Amino acid sequence: MIKVEHLVKRFGGLTAVDDCTLSVPAGSITAVIGPNGAGKTTLFSMIAGFLKPNGGRILMDGDDITGLSPPTLFHKGLVRTFQIPHELSRMTVLENLMLVPPAQVGEHVWLAWLQPGRVRAQEKEIRERAEEVLQFLDLYRLRYELAGRLSGGQKKLLELGRTMMIEPRVVLLDEPAAGVNRTLLGKLTEAIQRLNEEQGYTFVVIEHDMDMIAELCSPVIVMAQGRVLAEGSMAEIRRNRDVLEAYLGVVED
Amino acid sequence: MDPLLNYAIFFVTIAGIYAVWSLALNVQWGLTGLFNIGIVAFVAVGGYTSVLLTVEPSATFGGGLGLPLAVGFIGAMVTSAILALLVGLITLNLRADYLAIATIGIAEIVRLFLKNEEWLTNGVRGIGGVPRAFADLGPEGLALANMVLVLLCVLIVFLLIERARRAPWGRVLRAIRENELTVLASGKTVKYFRLQAFVLGAAIMGLGGALYAHFVGFISPEAFEPLQTTFLVWVMLIAGGSGNTKGAVLGAFIIWAIWSGSQIVTGWLPPELATQAGALRMGLIGLLLVLVLLFRNEGLLSEEDQRRADIAREARNDGR
Ligand SMILES: Nc1ncnc2c1ncn2[C@@H]1O[C@H](COP(=O)(O)OP(=O)(O)OP(=O)(O)O)[C@@H](O)[C@H]1O
Ligand SMILES: [Mg+2]
Repeated sequence: MIKVEHLVKRFGGLTAVDDCTLSVPAGSITAVIGPNGAGKTTLFSMIAGFLKPNGGRILMDGDDITGLSPPTLFHKGLVRTFQIPHELSRMTVLENLMLVPPAQVGEHVWLAWLQPGRVRAQEKEIRERAEEVLQFLDLYRLRYELAGRLSGGQKKLLELGRTMMIEPRVVLLDEPAAGVNRTLLGKLTEAIQRLNEEQGYTFVVIEHDMDMIAELCSPVIVMAQGRVLAEGSMAEIRRNRDVLEAYLGVVED
Repeated sequence: MDPLLNYAIFFVTIAGIYAVWSLALNVQWGLTGLFNIGIVAFVAVGGYTSVLLTVEPSATFGGGLGLPLAVGFIGAMVTSAILALLVGLITLNLRADYLAIATIGIAEIVRLFLKNEEWLTNGVRGIGGVPRAFADLGPEGLALANMVLVLLCVLIVFLLIERARRAPWGRVLRAIRENELTVLASGKTVKYFRLQAFVLGAAIMGLGGALYAHFVGFISPEAFEPLQTTFLVWVMLIAGGSGNTKGAVLGAFIIWAIWSGSQIVTGWLPPELATQAGALRMGLIGLLLVLVLLFRNEGLLSEEDQRRADIAREARNDGR
């Protein structure tokens, strides 16, 4: 589905992603784990078109997508969330989600003028979809609140909600569990699993929550210092010496 | 007619033209955050386009096609839009401050062009005999009819902007002002929306330029002065409430009242100070701007109030 080949990203003297090669199988829920600063978020940003790599290439279904813009990739079915929620803080929770669906009639200013009826009808549909998503995320009663007033965890959920507004093919989730409470976390895990099985969405999940990864993800890719350190099932990863040293040392003795 | 009434009609007409400009700037700055400090360029290009399309043919300058006024107005919008499209395509990719610099530059280029390209614009002599709307109604009827025409334009522009603002189009623009990355992650091509807002605003500025030229009946490079156009329109929008459509109109009327009122006051100045009157009035407006920014930086009608009303309306219509 997604292949990354010899990808490099430098920030000044620091090489955040260093000759990174990995692949995400179609239909999988792939985890990317690794210590802080390993380059996971930077990798996501390059895949989703937010950062231009200094070298290497990215393929999606065999096509070179290196350097394409985020909207272009979005329309190819590739969406991402941000590790630090990027909510539109002075817009309502509902508006944050209603922004997302593509091909909105009312995004063309002349159609907004000339066909208000058509715009209204479509807005109603979009709104219903947004309300469903908000119901699911337990944010429905906050739909008219400004998104900036949400709690940290709620913002995280809204971030996830954005990807649920469309029917994507690949979803890149950057630490979806961080700051989200246990009950809701179970629900999220379930939803990801269901969307993966029923709709066939491919997920790539950056996560530090090992329980969630063990339950949800295969394969697991471990990154450290911008490179892939190991790759395999969670059980294999847990046995890997290098990984134990670099990352999981504290989990098992 | 009563001179006072005459003056009132004149006042409303000019204030209305300023309201058109202020509404246009509201699309660019208020809704989208585009820093255009060359408003005068788009106004002048619109004004000249309409004049050249509609005046009688002349041996000394180009144009003079003698076309109907409506064609002039449409032409004004199209030319200003094209100018904005060119400026926008070059600069909107760059950092935000480049647009500001580019718009100042374009204003200067337009001014020099109008002054020097005499074959087209008749240079500093300007162009007289610009056809006025409703010329066959006699001086009083004409003034009244022009006022109605201007107010009608204000109303139409107002309604169009309001509808666009409340539509998904306006939602995207608002989102862009808040966080571009989120909008990109939502699959919207940010620069395309910016460009649309810039071009739409410029087209409306051009329309205002045409209204002005045909109302005054004369056009020259001097008619479009950065201070009296760009600066005053900015003060109007900021004082009225940037981002608030009603505020843009209100600001135009209030600031125009203060601006023209200040002329009466400076009229009382002793003759040795009278030459400084223009600078004094500008200083007064500048002071007013500072006061607004200090004590009511959202303007008289704030964007936030408008948003609150929008959200309340949404919530009321819920479950319909
Ligand atoms: N925009 C940037 N400018 C400069 N340096 C950056 C930038 N973004 C990331 N870095 C650096 O690149 C390295 C990798 O950062 P990245 O955010 O990809 O790590 P991460 O694996 O996501 O870590 P975490 O688990 O803490 O989120 C870090 O050392 C960071 O300081
Ligand atoms: Mg990260």
